[in-house]
Amino acid sequence: LNDRSVEFCGVRLRGPILNGSGTFDAIAARRAFGDALLERFPFDAFVSKTITLEPRQGNPPPRLWETPAGLINSIGLPNKGLTGFLESDLPELAGLPVSLVVSVMGFSRDELATLVAAAGEPDEVAMLELNVSCPNVETGLVMGADPVETARAVERVRPETEKPLIVKLTPNAADPAAVAAGAQDAGADAVSLVNTLKGMALDPETRRPWLGGRTGGVSGPAIRAIALEQVAAVASRVEIPVIGMGGIASGRHAADFLAAGASAVAVGTESFRDPAAGRRIAAELADLSLTGESLQPASPRV
Amino acid sequence: LTEPRTLAPPERRVATVSGVERLGAYDLITALDRFGPSDPRPGQFYMLAAAREWGGGGDERPYLPRAFSYARARVESDGVALSFLLEAVGPGTERLSELGPEEGLALVGPLGVGFRPPAGETRPLLVGGGIGVAPLLCWQEELAARPPAAAAPADAPPAVLLGFRSAAHAQAAALFGPGPQVVTDDGSVGREALVTELLAAELDDDSDATVYACGPPQMLEAVRALCAERDVPAQLAMESGMACGFGACFGCVVPTRNGYVRLCVDGPVMDAADLETALVAGVGH
Repeated sequence: LNDRSVEFCGVRLRGPILNGSGTFDAIAARRAFGDALLERFPFDAFVSKTITLEPRQGNPPPRLWETPAGLINSIGLPNKGLTGFLESDLPELAGLPVSLVVSVMGFSRDELATLVAAAGEPDEVAMLELNVSCPNVETGLVMGADPVETARAVERVRPETEKPLIVKLTPNAADPAAVAAGAQDAGADAVSLVNTLKGMALDPETRRPWLGGRTGGVSGPAIRAIALEQVAAVASRVEIPVIGMGGIASGRHAADFLAAGASAVAVGTESFRDPAAGRRIAAELADLSLTGESLQPASPRV
Repeated sequence: LTEPRTLAPPERRVATVSGVERLGAYDLITALDRFGPSDPRPGQFYMLAAAREWGGGGDERPYLPRAFSYARARVESDGVALSFLLEAVGPGTERLSELGPEEGLALVGPLGVGFRPPAGETRPLLVGGGIGVAPLLCWQEELAARPPAAAAPADAPPAVLLGFRSAAHAQAAALFGPGPQVVTDDGSVGREALVTELLAAELDDDSDATVYACGPPQMLEAVRALCAERDVPAQLAMESGMACGFGACFGCVVPTRNGYVRLCVDGPVMDAADLETALVAGVGH
């Protein structure tokens, strides 16, 4: 009865709750919380922050803006680059008590292939996630906004690893389900969604963009209804498993995403409010299941 | 490693408000934390939110918790009483300032790194502006309680220099007892001057000091520039908008000579020598 474990793309996870990439830094959190973090680790698998081939400093501040029930971030993918990740971060992440998913992003298909090959090599890495929410410098198109671009990227990297490949879908696409189908047909093992929705905020005094990166991505409860619809649309279109996320803050929300067709769910912005949000949501979800509430959507209440 | 960092439990917990003291423009809110460490380090901070009704205020906010350096920590039989100085300036601080006795204060912390001891035998000089006086209060208490062998000179309490906008704000100086020199922007309490003028005068007298400063960005930048010019070591407790407080969101970066660093895990107390400026876009808004 206490077995919450799930099999995801052939990998046994201790439960269905992941973190969204870039919403939890296990290395920094260990500095703040010590070994208690490992003893009470909030997630059932850990997804790394996105790594790129070269190190990045990220966007100039300000990087954050609070919205009604949410947040706009313009972080700009700061990371140590592939070599820095493999040499200094991976050994620490290997000490986590859960499976490791490494998120990668390339500015061309070849760059993505290099990242997948190198990050997929170590035994400590269980799965890879492709962040395709970025412009391809060769075509100028955002890979994940277009089914054909996404399929080409997945086709290019598929031969580079035998490990499960998850494609992280952007909600800033005309038809995310078509992009998911393109990813599936090109050999992806799973899709995850949603990434943040594009947004902006103006400085109340100057009326100029507040964020250093001008625009950013909206996350949190503000986007949950949009995310739930996209997860349902994608899950009904593809056969491969779906990781659902977008404003999940309770076990009931997690149950909704699972009922909409997700095989696992991820917690993101809620972890900013409570570092243990993943554990709390897992417990609430288990309670819902144990008390006989099925994982069917609750009847709409008006 | 000897960095002044007490670890936080890895979850949000709820403390119980035990008192709210009005201090002119500010509130000093005290809450009993039964589940956290009793020994936070001066300069460390907590992420705070009302345990209930956090949201639905002005602009349908707040949503995220708010970062506050603690002003005082008193060990009691059933926990530690943590005090925070706050001024209601937005939807988050307005909600926090409404909290009354027995209500829940959700918190995560202590977080970040605190103040480090003075360099060598130098005397500590504490410089606070506005709400930034908060972390200097517990730091002053700790410095004053040091064994005489560690304090230099043994009979002198740490010098405290405080600047405020107005008489209402200057009421926070009472927390420090009779010791501090106080100036205001409008001359309503003490001289009409900037606190950095007091600092310059102190350094003219005796520049063998370690400066500890917390306040608005323009004040911190003036302290940084003055200390750099006079080759005086300084530690600045800085501020930056934070979503999480424990390194997850990467939102609170400040520029340093070594690139951007997250203020929540590598600060909030920064060595002034690592900074080219204490002014950060979007801070002090």
